[in-house]
This record gives sequence, C-alpha cells and structure tokens, in this order.
Amino acid sequence: MFDYAPAPESRDLVKFQDSYGHFIGGKFTKPSNTYGTINPATEETLAQISHGTAKDVDAAVKAARNAYEKTWSKLDGATRGKYLYRIARIIQERSRELAVAETLNNGKPIKETRDADIPLAASWFFYYAGWADKLDYAGLGPNPMAHGVAAQVVPWNFPLMMLAWKIAPALAAGNTVVLKPAETTPLSALLFAEICQQAELPDGVVNIVTGFGDTGAELFDHSDINKVAFTGSTNVGKIIAKQIAGTNKKATLELGGKAANIVFEDAALDQAVEGIVNGIFFNQGHVCCAGSRLLVQESVQDVLIKKLKARMENIRLGDPMDKNTDIGAINSKAQLTKIDRLVKQGVKEGGQSWAPTCAMPKNGFWYAPTIITGVAPTNTVAREEIFGPVLSVMTFRTPAEAVAKANNSQYGLSAGVWTEKGSRILKMADQLNAGVVWANTYNQFDPASPFGGFKESGYGREGGRHGLLSYLKGSH
Amino acid sequence: MPAIEPEAIVGSRITNQSLSRWLHSLPGVDKVGLEARVASLSTRSIKTTSKAWGLDMAIKMMDLTTLEGADTKERVRSLCLKAITPDPMDLSTPQPAAICVYGDMVVHAKEALGKNKIYVAAVATAFPSGRASLQVKLADTKDAVKAGADEIDMVIDRGAFLSGNYLEVYKQIVAVKEVCQRKDGNHAHLKVILETGELETYDNIRRASYLAMLAGADFIKTSTGKVSVNATLPITMLMLQAVKDWYDTTKIQIGVKPAGGIRTAKDALKYLVVVKETAGDKWLTPKYFRFGASSLLNDVLMQRQKLTTGNYSGRDYVSVD
Repeated sequence: MFDYAPAPESRDLVKFQDSYGHFIGGKFTKPSNTYGTINPATEETLAQISHGTAKDVDAAVKAARNAYEKTWSKLDGATRGKYLYRIARIIQERSRELAVAETLNNGKPIKETRDADIPLAASWFFYYAGWADKLDYAGLGPNPMAHGVAAQVVPWNFPLMMLAWKIAPALAAGNTVVLKPAETTPLSALLFAEICQQAELPDGVVNIVTGFGDTGAELFDHSDINKVAFTGSTNVGKIIAKQIAGTNKKATLELGGKAANIVFEDAALDQAVEGIVNGIFFNQGHVCCAGSRLLVQESVQDVLIKKLKARMENIRLGDPMDKNTDIGAINSKAQLTKIDRLVKQGVKEGGQSWAPTCAMPKNGFWYAPTIITGVAPTNTVAREEIFGPVLSVMTFRTPAEAVAKANNSQYGLSAGVWTEKGSRILKMADQLNAGVVWANTYNQFDPASPFGGFKESGYGREGGRHGLLSYLKGSH
Repeated sequence: MPAIEPEAIVGSRITNQSLSRWLHSLPGVDKVGLEARVASLSTRSIKTTSKAWGLDMAIKMMDLTTLEGADTKERVRSLCLKAITPDPMDLSTPQPAAICVYGDMVVHAKEALGKNKIYVAAVATAFPSGRASLQVKLADTKDAVKAGADEIDMVIDRGAFLSGNYLEVYKQIVAVKEVCQRKDGNHAHLKVILETGELETYDNIRRASYLAMLAGADFIKTSTGKVSVNATLPITMLMLQAVKDWYDTTKIQIGVKPAGGIRTAKDALKYLVVVKETAGDKWLTPKYFRFGASSLLNDVLMQRQKLTTGNYSGRDYVSVD
C-alpha cells in the first residue's frame, strides 16, 4: 500500500563542536565543568556543555553591564534595529541548519522546526527590529528608557523561538542580556551565539551561560541585573518571585497552563478535530498553551470522539528527522516519567485512556498520543499540567457551564472556542479568564500579538507592543 | 452492497422540506481550517518506493479524458490507443481506468479499446451546463448506456440546488440512475458531477455531496472541467470526508473523482496523500478514486521514466494524444 518511504532530512546540515564553553563578552570561554547533551530520539550524545557557576554568571553579567554602559545604550534606535534585522536575516539564511540542530537536540519533528520554530524566531527579530527606532510610540511617552541588563531563562520546548521572544524585544528596547537556555536544549542558543558574532553585534550585548537550575538561580540572584524574564514551570516561577521580592528587579514570568479547548455542538466538527489535534499534539504537547482539556458539548461528544480517534490513527510517530513525522520524541526521561505517572493517575481516578497503535522506536523517549475520556473536573488530569501528548476530555451542557469549567483552573494562559456562531465567540472570549483565546483555530502565533497569562500562568506579556513594554520604563 | 434507504437516512418521507432540514443540519465547514489541513498534508514528502507506487496508482486511477467540440472518431481512437499503451518504451506501465468522452463517441471508444479492460465513461445529461429538460437528459443518458458506456458522468442541476430546490436535484439523479440500469441486470456506474466551482461555498459542496449520495451516486465528482474553478485539494478533501462519514454510518462505499486542473505528477501525489489520510486506504483503489484529466498522464509518465531510468527525458519522449 501507500506507506511513505523514509524521507529523512540530512544530519550533515549541522556540525556541532565536541564541547562548548559559555558565550561571554563576544567570545566563547574554555569548556569547563561539562555534561553531555543528548538527542532524546536516540540518546546519542551530541556535545559537551559547560555547567555555569556563580563565577561564570558574574562574568557574563559584568560583560553585559559593560556593553550596556559603553556601547549599546549609546547607539541610536535605528542602529540597534540594523543589528536585529541582520540577525533575523542570518536566522533565515541558516534556517535549515538551525532546524536540524533544534530537532536533534529537542526531539521535535523536523516538519515543526522547519515550518514553525525557526521561521517564528526570525519573524520575532524582524518585528522588534522595526520597533527599535520607534520607542517613542510604545505608549510610555517620549524617550522611554531600557532597564539595563536583562537576565533571561528559557525552557526546552521551543529553545530558539523562546530565545527570540526574549532577546529581540530586550535588544530593541536597548537592554543587554544574559540568557540561560534549558539544560537539555542548549545547542541552538550556542549556534545563536555564533550568529551574534556573524552579525558583528557589539561584544557583550548578548551573553549565553549554559547550565542547570542552579545556574539560573545564580543569574536571577545577581545584584547587578535589572530585569528578570523567565519562561518555565509555575513551581519554579514561584521560587523566582520569592527570590526577587524586595529588590528593584522587574519581572515577567510566563508559566504553566491547562487550557480548555471548547467545542460547541454547532462547530465545524472536522476542523475542530484538526484544531484539537494541533492544540494538544503539536510539539508532543510540550506547549504551555496546549489545549490539554477538551470541553465538548454533550450532544456531539460521541461523533467528535469517534472522529478524533480516527484522525489520531493517522498521526505518524517516529524519527523526528523524517519529514513525514508528526510526533517526535519526548524531550527527556524525566518528562516521560512525569507524563506516564500522571496518565496512570488519571486512569486510577476513573478516566479511560486510549491511544492509537503505533510502533515505538527502541531507543529514546516516546509517548503515544493519548486521550483520556470520562474525566471529571476534580481529577488530577483535569487540573495538573501534564506537558505531554495527553488530552483530558470533559463535557458540558450549556455555554455557562463551559465557561465555569474552563475557568475552574489555577491557570489562565489560553483557551479555544469552536462554534460557527460569531456572537458566541465574542461572548466566550469576554468571559474566559485566559490571556489568549483562539476562535476556530489553535496555536497560532504572531510577533505582533501579545501573549501571556492570568492567575498562576504568570505575569507580563511577550510579543507585540505589550511585549516591548516589559523591557522599557518611562523617562520621567 | 447494501441498498440505500433514503427515508431512513433522512428520517422522514423525502420532500423538499425534509431534504432541506437534513442538509442544513450537517456540520458546517470552516474554510480556514480545511485549507490549513490541506496545506499541511501537501508538505508530505513522497520519495522512492512510495513515489513509484503513487505514480502507478495515479495512472490506474485516471479517467483519460477528451471533451472537445472538435472530438472526432480518429481523435478518440488515438486516445484509446494511448490508454492501451501509455508508454511504448516501458510496457510495464499500467493502463488508465477509463476513457471519458461525450456520448456520441462511446461507440468509437468501445471499438478502439476492444477487449482491453479499460472502461468507457460518457458524460451525459446535457453536459456541462445541465440546462435541458429531464426528458432530454434521460434520453442523453440512455443513448450512452445503449452505446455501451460502462460509466455515466452526469451533472447536477446547479440552478435548482442554488435556489433551494433540493428535491428536484435529488429526483433527477434518481431518474438518471434508473436509466443506467441494463437489461442484463448490470448498471452503468453513475458519477455525479457537483460542479463545485459554481456551488462556491464549502457548505454547499458538503450538502450537494450528501444529496448525491442519498440519491444513489456511485461516485461524486467535483467538476466538468469547463468552468473557471475546477478540482482543488480542499474540495476533494471535503468530499472524501463526506464519503468516509457516509460509509461509517451506512456501510455504503462511494467513490470520489476530482476532475479538471490536475496536471502534474506532484499534484497527483498530493491528492493520494489526502485520500490516504482523510478517507483511508480503502479508497486508494481505482474502484473508489479517479482522476479526471487529460494532460496529467504525460507528466506522470515522465516522472515514472525519471524514476526507472534516473534521467528526466522530456516531452519528446512521451506521445502526444
């Protein structure tokens, strides 16, 4: 029959060094205190990475402070913009290499890095490059000012894209940065350091320190940073909020989510199924705004679930480098263990779990796309963020009940509404406590659109004019 | 094949009111979502063995078509010979499913094809506009069936459909299906052309698909090839979704035929991907999926030559038809 032959992207498009130091003051330091970073699809070690210490962090912050005082704050907006445009173009030029690097280190399908992660990263730099000489119009009055040195920690789910969300607005606003990528996915950030060199960005404007949670803690604890930006789990976000309380450090925290994807009986059902699949299985469900709670109107539950299961049978799990792969590897063993534990808990509490039959590769970390039906709002899988390809299905009878159930969460990052009725979309969007509400679509991102959450999903906005404001202050 | 019981499906006696209620209760189609899904499937990478399989299947699914006012016996004969031996340089090349011609050319096609297992399909019912009385349409169909047509490609009355007269559309299809019956108990397979370019909206296309299936279509077909918008991938995906849903509820399997505007092997492979991932493997057979095309064959042949010989030969190495 029509079984797609393997169509692997070339591994040779990227060459990693054997080991990497930190990127401080425009140069790579000598690798020290190293650990191996792996390809989660094969468990093969890709490179040795330096585990940053307090000393490394201090050197990076000093380099950033120095660059801020002596160079970056002295440049006019148009010149800063010029560098950002240059970076954006280099990302585009090296997009295939970056896509392969991201797929190898993260485990997500090449289809996604090629069509989403890398193009979005470039678009963020293009967008904020345009802002660099127009800060007077950001809404803070004339001559708004940068904070100074921004300390940024990004997660492993969209390594380069999250880096772009952090670095592009920071630099456009005139800050210099020290960024720490996640311990499991440092490679695209280190390639980005090379791009900064290639773009001849002044030394010290961007500094990359690699390492684990303790390295991030040292960074946010440093007395000479002015701004903290973190994307990651709510638990760590709370620790950071406590850590910086009582200091002058400004903060944006983009944390967890447990989004409701609400399907009404009058929805375009086939497209709703696509939206559900895209909402929860995109990037193996490692998405803070994933539509992980499906709320379906009782009257269409059976037909919708039947269609969803049929659609899930077509999901192709396997080698992330294959251009036809839809679901790649789970990023780490720890994450796989967590997903497995939560699904088992969901079944123990009365949910019925279902997954299509798919062959699992022998090495690496894998989890089949799974739905759990018969979930009640009180169940663990309806409340806790699973951060994996697992959908919890609940029902509702009326729009009011849908709103009540959707809002019944400690989180409030995003939501989806599926209905052919325009007025209902507006009313739902008004009532849902979520930073983003998608209507008849899901997981759409654009640099011009602000993104961020309510409640324990964090504070501050990224993207758009609002995202710029997180890196500026009024001049009076 | 189980018989259709239209009353059971609609849930009442067939009247314009009941048809209208039934068709308007179908879920809507979201244009952006449908087109996004198609765009995503179009990035599937079809290489080596799967490409070879797909190219051969595309030929086997082809209704090689000539529908010109200038068609002659010789022109039809030439096309039939092309169908019998698509690639004289590679006799392992499969044959297309059918030759598709106007009704008066059926006899010539039959003669030229002889004992070859290639069907003859005839367009009928005042093709392409469908603007004639039912009597004329039935006479047109009977004529083609009598001349030996194995398949009838009829057009629906778009005017009646767009004015909300679903019953009229339904009755015409039922009547045409009746005259497809032969004395020996067999019947010419009925393909119902929706002329999707004139129905314009995806909601209309879904409703017309259901109406045709209810009336007994063996195939639903997108277009005549004679209007500005013919087959597209999103329309084909929508119709494939309709036949799949129909099969899931009635156990009756109906075929889909996109026609018009499919010119390249690359396009054909995209259609096959959409068939596989929308309706499923059950539809990956000429029995349930066809391409209505004229220039597609040569492009597929050139790609096939490239795959077998490693060289791209060019237009001089495939025959004009």
